[in-house]
Amino acid sequence: MKAPDFSYHAPQSCEQALDLLSRLDNARLLAGGQSLMPMLNFRLLNYDHFIDLGRISDLQGIDETPTHILIKAMTSQRQVESSDIIHRSCPLMIKALHHVGHQQTRNRGTIGGSLCHLDPGAELPVVAAALEAELIILSPRGTKRIAFADFAQGYLTNALEADELLYAIEIKKSLEHSGSAFLEFNRRPADFAIVSIAVEIIVDETHKIINCALALGGVQHVPLRLHGLEQKLIEYTSLEDMSKFINSYVQTIEMNGDDLYPPEFRCEVAQTIVRRGLSQAYDEARGGQ
Amino acid sequence: MGEHFEHLIGESVLRLEDRPLLRGQGQFIDDLNVPHMLEAAFLRSTLAHGRITKLDVTVARQAPHVHAVFTYHDLRPFLTSDRIPLALPAAGIQFDVDPFVLAYDEVCYVGEPIAIVIASHRRYAEDALQLIDLEIEPLDVVVDPVLGLQPNSPRTRLDTPHNLVARTGIDYGNADACFTSAPHIISQRFRLAKGGGHSMEPRGVLAVPNSLENTLTVWDSTQMPHRARAILVESLGMSEKSIRVVTPDVGGGFGPKAVFHPEELAVPLVSLILKQPVKWVEDRFESFTATVLEHEQEWDMQIAFDNDGKMQAIKGRLCYDHGASTPYGIALPFNAATNLIGPYVLPAYKLQIDLCLTNKTPAAPTRGAGRPQGTFVMERLLDRIAAYLQLSREEVRRRNLIQPEQLPFAIPVRQRDGSTMSYDSGNYPACQARVMDIAHWDEFKTRQKAALEQGRYIGIGLCNYVEATGRGPFESVSISIGPSGKISVGAGATAQGQGVKTMVAQIIADTFQMNPEFIDVVVGDTAATPSGLGAYASRQAVTAGNAALEAAQRVIIKAKIAAAALLEVSVDDLCVRDGKICVAGIEQRNLSLKEIAKALAGTPGFAIPGHLTPGLAATSDFMTQGLTYTNGAHIAEVEVDIHTGAVNVLRYYVVHDCGNMINPMMVEGQVRGGVVHGIGMTLFEWMRYDAQGQPLTSTYADYLLPTADVCPDIIIDHMISPTPLNPLGVKGAAESGTIGVPAALVSAIENALEPFDVTLTQLPITPNYLRSLIRQKTDMLI
Repeated sequence: MKAPDFSYHAPQSCEQALDLLSRLDNARLLAGGQSLMPMLNFRLLNYDHFIDLGRISDLQGIDETPTHILIKAMTSQRQVESSDIIHRSCPLMIKALHHVGHQQTRNRGTIGGSLCHLDPGAELPVVAAALEAELIILSPRGTKRIAFADFAQGYLTNALEADELLYAIEIKKSLEHSGSAFLEFNRRPADFAIVSIAVEIIVDETHKIINCALALGGVQHVPLRLHGLEQKLIEYTSLEDMSKFINSYVQTIEMNGDDLYPPEFRCEVAQTIVRRGLSQAYDEARGGQ
Repeated sequence: MGEHFEHLIGESVLRLEDRPLLRGQGQFIDDLNVPHMLEAAFLRSTLAHGRITKLDVTVARQAPHVHAVFTYHDLRPFLTSDRIPLALPAAGIQFDVDPFVLAYDEVCYVGEPIAIVIASHRRYAEDALQLIDLEIEPLDVVVDPVLGLQPNSPRTRLDTPHNLVARTGIDYGNADACFTSAPHIISQRFRLAKGGGHSMEPRGVLAVPNSLENTLTVWDSTQMPHRARAILVESLGMSEKSIRVVTPDVGGGFGPKAVFHPEELAVPLVSLILKQPVKWVEDRFESFTATVLEHEQEWDMQIAFDNDGKMQAIKGRLCYDHGASTPYGIALPFNAATNLIGPYVLPAYKLQIDLCLTNKTPAAPTRGAGRPQGTFVMERLLDRIAAYLQLSREEVRRRNLIQPEQLPFAIPVRQRDGSTMSYDSGNYPACQARVMDIAHWDEFKTRQKAALEQGRYIGIGLCNYVEATGRGPFESVSISIGPSGKISVGAGATAQGQGVKTMVAQIIADTFQMNPEFIDVVVGDTAATPSGLGAYASRQAVTAGNAALEAAQRVIIKAKIAAAALLEVSVDDLCVRDGKICVAGIEQRNLSLKEIAKALAGTPGFAIPGHLTPGLAATSDFMTQGLTYTNGAHIAEVEVDIHTGAVNVLRYYVVHDCGNMINPMMVEGQVRGGVVHGIGMTLFEWMRYDAQGQPLTSTYADYLLPTADVCPDIIIDHMISPTPLNPLGVKGAAESGTIGVPAALVSAIENALEPFDVTLTQLPITPNYLRSLIRQKTDMLI
């Protein structure tokens, strides 16, 4: 399929981009294009204008403070994956990125693009949910912050208004005595996840779990935090007796499905990868001491 | 140069195709551009079955950059018949369901072409498609071949009396009698899917009319240009001389490109009407419904055997989903039926084969052409016998394999060329033994036990198969050497990436004792050879290879006669060295092929040396003598994650016997690619439709192709049983890698899941399917 004719714009600054976005009718922001361009070629959407954010240097880069990491939205997934800051302070994201498409597509795909697109099988939204990322949004009205849980509203639906763009993603650095895991079930390594799990666990000197974040992807339209399970885990000191509880907890979750991977199947797989993910993260947290 | 080019046949000569391809100098259909070229897009049916009640193209015709829009009624005046004259003759076919160039009344599958839009660029043609006013009144849809043959089933097509487009079968040895007296009988049903060819390059046609010469050149990404030309000639009422069909570089065929599709007539016809070149390149989304593919086979089988596990008879029914028409005759299910027999002694066999029309894209063979499915059924039945009698799987096979001294082994099944089946050469027991040896089969049980103690489920599977190759009736190769000294070869063969040019050049270079790089081979061009067939059924090494050898030998014979006359020696004193005819022992006395060609060109008034006819050239139309049987044995090692149903293929072994190998590197490439195709068929690929015939898998997000990262190391070993049926002693190698895979993999998966005692009866094997079987068994155990 061939895309219909459109106009292409390449602004050099956020201000220019916002200006174009406000002025032009039927315009769309273009990040890495790895999802948008195929959809355009399939004629699943039709825009008269594309505003390419790739020339805006202010939208690229990774910064840190003592407690937080700031990733600009147009930073490529490959750049995030290669970053020292991320390796040191956000190992969960590194683990997830190994599952994101192919190395080649990660050269073009951006972290902002993935978080805005919200494909249910995408990995980075699940990480953002587990880490409670904060998204920094720019518009003609100024800057605002929104929690990722509020940003991800539904199937391929984010909270951006028509004249807003995603500027950066802020996440808390991982703490000492923490461990993480990212597991997914798919048919081939580079595919979108059918079910995925992001786990971060913090333990104390006695190996008791003092904090835990679990986000499940692929079973609903947006990543799901398993708060009930997280709470229960903080009361326990070991995972061995947790299997039954994990299974029954996961079984209470309402799951999407299709004829090839029905809800019952996803539920079984989810139970398995939650158990395995917790076990890996917990081992890492304990081993770090 | 100092290089010697003796014994090139059998060498892994580097491919001539590779240098230009790797440098981006390939010329595929979409690389071809000519002045004033227009581009086409097709309006296609979005319903699987219906009546067109409205088709108004007036607004579309006015769209920007659109040159024309044609429907069936616009094109019919230029055609000699209502339907495209396609079908391969087959005794069993009940009625004619050749397609129309465009549908105009009834549509019978999603993707069927209805109108063609011509514009300056494809995107404007697609814009105009949205302006065509099309209404289709839905009709009942048939999507299941078994249900489609029941008396109360709706008709797939209103132009046929019912859905049984063909019924045929195999019946020898009085199977019914064997079943009444057999000690043991096992019954099993199988439901086997296989998908499309999915060549990396989809289809495409560029038609270029030449008004000066009143001719038409059609660049077609096809496996069979001569057949395409024949159909165009008949449909358009033109002569062979006025149409040339030529293949550019073709990025894979795998079967579907051997079939003539409606677009291959529509585009050339439209270019003649508009008197301008028209190009159409299929996009991937289109290809899921516009290009032929295989559909499901339902096998309902019984096997009768004795206490030693020796087969006495097999009987049953194969019901095949044939889609909406029969573009390739009924070859596929018949291949499946015959390949079931395999390298085994099967004393009696009775199979009813029913082909059901359904509202899906028409079915035609992809790599394996039905044989993987037939092999799968036999091998699963043998495993069932083994389990039943508590014999090992390898022992049951040993007891049933045809012994080498029994070859040639005749099987009383009539083939479509009239001959009966006969396995010409091969050592089946040795092949099985060899693969078991290289795979360390006997050590596996220990490894399996150790893995189980760690909670890991690994399994191993085995399969034997044969493959009929070298299908005739002929192939054509012409060699000519003009006074320029350039060696020009035309072959009716076609290339889709398997290295056909190298194969042909290598054989000729071996005969001429020279560097193959100086042999210019043209394939896939009706201008290069008057007759030809092309690539299908693993045939080109046998047919084109032997034709090349024969033609090359005739050139040398003629060259020697001329040289003998010119050098005034006896023909017996001459030998070939470095592309020259030399006096043996006195090699400085020689004549190059160029010099001989010059002498044979003829000078006015002078006699041609040796009283020969003019020209240094020869054509061979190598006629096959029946089919020659390649065989192989495969072993697969897998690990199953019982919690998710995921299957990981750990290792794969192939022992392959295709007789003499012309280029072992290329043979291995074919086998390896075939195995990957088989992995796709068994674990990943599944073309699915809903109850309304709507495809559920129409992108590669849903239809999964095997990628390198899910394929294991594939270890290939060879045996060589040359065939007596052709001078090169070669057999085909293109599809055999695929044929054994489903059987070997599924045997391995069942072996891994032995603690759960599951029986796998469908393809593909999906995680959900395995989980549902495991779940049933674990629920039962509680």
